[in-house]
Amino acid sequence: MPLLELQNVCVQFGGLRAVSDFNFTLDQGELVGLIGPNGAGKTTAFNVTTGVYRPSAGTVRLAGQSIAGQKTFKINRAGIARTFQNVRLFANMSVLDNVLVGFNKSLTQSLTSTILRAPIHQREDRQFEDQAIELLQTMNLADKAYAAAGSLPYGDQRRLEIARALATRPKILLLDEPAAGMNPREKAELMQLIRFIRDQFQVGIWLIEHDMKLVMTICERITVLDHGEIIAVGTPAKVQSDPAVIEAYLGEPA
Amino acid sequence: MLQFTQELIIGLSIGATYALLALGYTMVYGVLRLINFAHGEVYMVGAVSGFHFINLALRWHAPLALALTIAFVGSAIVCAILGFCIEFFAYRPLRGSPRLVILITAIGVSLLLQNVVNLNFIYGPTPRTFPAEVQKGLNTSIGIGGVYISRLIIIRFALSLSLMAVLTWIILRTRTGLALRAVSHRFDTAMLMGVNTNRVISVTFILGSVLASVAGVMDGLRYTITPLMGVTYGLKAFVAAVLGGIGSIPGALIGGLLIGITEEFARFYLPTQYTQYADAVAFVILIFILLLKPTGIMGSTAVEKV
Amino acid sequence: MPLLAKANQIDSVPRTPAWMLNLFWLALILACYPINRLLEANLNDYLYLVLTRICLNIVLATSLNLINGITGQFSLGHAGFMAVGAYTCGTFLQHYVGVGWNPIAAALLFVIVGGLLAAVAGLIVGVPALRLRGDYLAIATLGFGEIIYIVIRSTESIGPFKIGSAAGLDGIPKVTTFFWAATAAIITVVCVWRLAYSAKGKAFAAIREDEVAAAAMGINTTFYKVTAFVIGAFFAGVAGGLYGALDQTIDPEQFRFTRSIEIVALVVLGGTGSITGVVLAAIVLMILSEALRDLKGVTHVDLRLIVYALLLIITMLLRPQGLMGAKEIFRSRRKRNLSQPAPAA
Repeated sequence: MPLLELQNVCVQFGGLRAVSDFNFTLDQGELVGLIGPNGAGKTTAFNVTTGVYRPSAGTVRLAGQSIAGQKTFKINRAGIARTFQNVRLFANMSVLDNVLVGFNKSLTQSLTSTILRAPIHQREDRQFEDQAIELLQTMNLADKAYAAAGSLPYGDQRRLEIARALATRPKILLLDEPAAGMNPREKAELMQLIRFIRDQFQVGIWLIEHDMKLVMTICERITVLDHGEIIAVGTPAKVQSDPAVIEAYLGEPA
Repeated sequence: MLQFTQELIIGLSIGATYALLALGYTMVYGVLRLINFAHGEVYMVGAVSGFHFINLALRWHAPLALALTIAFVGSAIVCAILGFCIEFFAYRPLRGSPRLVILITAIGVSLLLQNVVNLNFIYGPTPRTFPAEVQKGLNTSIGIGGVYISRLIIIRFALSLSLMAVLTWIILRTRTGLALRAVSHRFDTAMLMGVNTNRVISVTFILGSVLASVAGVMDGLRYTITPLMGVTYGLKAFVAAVLGGIGSIPGALIGGLLIGITEEFARFYLPTQYTQYADAVAFVILIFILLLKPTGIMGSTAVEKV
Repeated sequence: MPLLAKANQIDSVPRTPAWMLNLFWLALILACYPINRLLEANLNDYLYLVLTRICLNIVLATSLNLINGITGQFSLGHAGFMAVGAYTCGTFLQHYVGVGWNPIAAALLFVIVGGLLAAVAGLIVGVPALRLRGDYLAIATLGFGEIIYIVIRSTESIGPFKIGSAAGLDGIPKVTTFFWAATAAIITVVCVWRLAYSAKGKAFAAIREDEVAAAAMGINTTFYKVTAFVIGAFFAGVAGGLYGALDQTIDPEQFRFTRSIEIVALVVLGGTGSITGVVLAAIVLMILSEALRDLKGVTHVDLRLIVYALLLIITMLLRPQGLMGAKEIFRSRRKRNLSQPAPAA
């Protein structure tokens, strides 16, 4: 039984089919890519997996349990975390606080004990602040822990978003164009980081990316989406030579 | 049945003024995606300036019809200028700011207008009515098949309907109207296509304010005028706009009429000791629509992009 | 269960233990009692009243700050919550002190009961808040405030308890002193501060910053939004009850939108999200409005609300984040030294 499984998923907005008949599986420790031209429905696939949209048909299962149409926060608690295409950090909060928000679900104190400063509150706050700092250290962001998230350079913001997602202790991590806007050096570092995260945190990573070099280098499997439909699945080498994929990207051969 | 028809007509005439005001909310929302909180205050200024104009005209012994015309036209001009100034000085510098910043500014403008009118040398806090001779002239009723309709109601209907017709003509048949539709469809694209968006926005505020002033004078003929009259009334008209689907012009019309009728029926059919609660009906409707169908009757759905 | 197998040594800083902080606040509240005696004896009635009102203003502004500033749910119905508290406390107090209850004990009970009923109102308002955002929410809460106003204005009595319809409710026993008001202010500020600056309470600000992202990070946005409304409404209700027991008379007009907007002005001017900034705004604006009241003798017009309105507009035009933005005037968070190199990633 795969960890994450999407079966025949369709998403429809009015008359428009954003994604149709989408099938996908992802296991722990896997690194899988999702590519396709702009508007192919890649982010929609992420949104339907994380509960932002409800699928109009089909099933989404996490470890065998159906999660289709559940609330976003419940799906996150079940073990799926994500980043966003257009970085959505808590811009006016500090870097450390951004990560602490990710730990929210792990806190066992009630708001009453927060107000009363009960012993559990102090212990927990301290413990999770330490963990947040550890996490920032692995992501090379610790020296900026007290800066406002919105003031970071773009590459750092992308990494902070990943750190925040990891703080929710996911089993599955969805990365929506993590390399967008990065320079070649940052991209090279990002590739290392993604592999490091997969190994260190034991997560399955599902990745949307336009940078073909990055996708082809690190992904074990790739799904290609065009006009909401899967046109190819397989290893990077297989996908690269698939005529349907070449056609989708370059147009019909003359 | 006669009673029902009578109440229906009264309800429709109340609804017609709600609709006039709702049009202002809906047009501004259409072009700027802004709830013009101060719109109710423009309506109030309309009523207050109508009050001043009619007194002035009567002091010069103008006949009733002429005095009324002066009141309507004069307050329309005052409100047009006011609407233009509110947009130009308060909203325009904030174009592109977060919506809440503009909303708070709008609240500030509305508070400012209330309290400026509250000053004694402008109007003062005392509730006042239009001169008795005007009220007397308008309250005479005409009976049609057992249903009695006052001249005031006829004037309300005639004015509201003709103003709406004029507005529809402007929007559908003139270049300005075309530009207005373009801007409310897609602001940035309209600007890139050479539409003078600032001019369109000014025109929208002026049109909305003129409609509000007419509604204000008409209500001044019926109710007492106070500096705070615009708040409740403006809020109800906003409810009408939301009910009809904010941004939709026919929606504002339908919403206004529906709110007017519901309120009048509630006032009439509720047991006497509960009549006062009729004022709350519009707000209860508001909360229900916002919960059940925030896009209103004529509105379209929009999904937030993630 | 550490997240990583091997963690770097983290620089640690000593912290004041919680019991010491709790003891400090308790001592401060107790200290208000002799201070109150001192003020009563040495201050003229007017200044004493102004001080008491400032404290209640702090309660109102801080509780609204939790909803508007920290959680980012723009509410225009705070006066409605205040009204619920004021009328509940006022009518019970009038009735039961009339039949011989001890005024102090009764007031303590009914101020809290008033707060709880206001919290229920907050729950009812918080539910639509789940589906509405920004300006729509503002209008809906304004509508709620109007409904509360209309209901109070149209109700003469509920059972044996007088509401007084449009004329208002008078003859409420005078119980509120500076001590009561200061206690309420301290408790409110400490509560809201602890919520805002704890790991758990970070969720409130996260919702303000980006609701979609907060939900994607496992935050139950529904719970936190409703909680913000309930806690905020509770304190507004408490302030309302204390106001009634201070002025001895309340009427529906006091609790209309103008009042809500006045409280919003405090939050907006102080800096949405800044607890100390809003407290400062509550103090300064109260003093300012008293000064304007005195000035009325000279100008013969009430400039108070005109000044409020102009302040709102000018702030939005020049400094929309308010006086302090989201920053605090002072905050004792000890920053750790984290500049040592991290392990290779």
